[in-house]
Amino acid sequence: MYAIIAGAGKVGRNLARELIAKEHEVTLIESSRPRYLAIEEEYEHAVQYGDATELWVLERAGIQRADLVIAVTGDDEDNILVCQVAKEKYLCDRIIARVNNPRNHDTFRLLGIQPAVSATDLILRLIEHEVPRYGLVHLLALEEERLEIIELEVTPEAPTVGERVSDIALPEGSLIISVLRGGSGFVPKPDTVIEAGDEVLLVLDSGLEETITEFFAPNGHASAI
Amino acid sequence: MFILIVGAGRVGSALAKSALAGGHEVSVLDADPLSHERLDAGQSKTWEEADGQFTVGTALETDALIQAGIERADVFIASTAGDNTNLVIAQIAQKRFGVAKTIVRVMDPARADWYGEQGMQTISPTKHAIEMFERALAPEAA
Repeated sequence: MYAIIAGAGKVGRNLARELIAKEHEVTLIESSRPRYLAIEEEYEHAVQYGDATELWVLERAGIQRADLVIAVTGDDEDNILVCQVAKEKYLCDRIIARVNNPRNHDTFRLLGIQPAVSATDLILRLIEHEVPRYGLVHLLALEEERLEIIELEVTPEAPTVGERVSDIALPEGSLIISVLRGGSGFVPKPDTVIEAGDEVLLVLDSGLEETITEFFAPNGHASAI
Repeated sequence: MFILIVGAGRVGSALAKSALAGGHEVSVLDADPLSHERLDAGQSKTWEEADGQFTVGTALETDALIQAGIERADVFIASTAGDNTNLVIAQIAQKRFGVAKTIVRVMDPARADWYGEQGMQTISPTKHAIEMFERALAPEAA
């Protein structure tokens, strides 16, 4: 695989090193001359000096044959531009963009720059996982497919406690995929009975979180830890 | 017409003043409060007295654009110092807010050409400068 990485900051450099170690071909593009000179010795021909938002710089790096373009500069507009041009002008199949300011996430989405990864969001999600405020944890959001996988801890007052899975009338677009009980997980059968303290994993159409919370952790919002 | 100009440098501020003098409603958004002085310079009235609008904010922040009145803008002009910023905010104006006319300054001729081909109205001062130099040079070359 041939990957072009725009931006040789910490993220870009480490990505390049990992990809090279996995025997991929990599070109790092860095627009700051001092930074370029500082890393040239380690990366040799795998680093090029230039502004990756300039078309000729991308062409010099061989964007026409790139399998993957990764934009990880510290500037969101630059990351959007690099990915937009890679995708729409050079028809590169795969792009990955870094979002520096999570507030710009919507703009990446609006302009079709996906996936867009934000370190802040990733850490926030980890915090949410470690400190579940509402008993509901987002495990995975498949934005394109408009699906989510969430985890809920069943509270004692939940209407589903003591119910068999087959008797629970979950809303359309939701499904229990796993139950964690006593430290181990299993895929529930129709006659599995839900107990308080269970952690249930569900796959849902996005937007159903509130409704589903009522089934397993009613008043979850009030019982914030 | 309601014209929103983002970036009040030399170009943006001069354009804002002439558009206001031409009887348009003009709102200017710039991240630097000092750029307001450029709008007042050489005028008998201050920008606000002349009914101009000025908002301090970053164009990439939707809130700032809304505060500057993008939702009722007929024309959006992107004239910040950054080509990529201009290209991104113009697309936000088009795609999110449905502004009828967006005009973008792009210094780099290559990017100006390509985004122009994608249907964006781009103006590249660099391209004009090159043409003017070439024209100025023409008699010598002949």
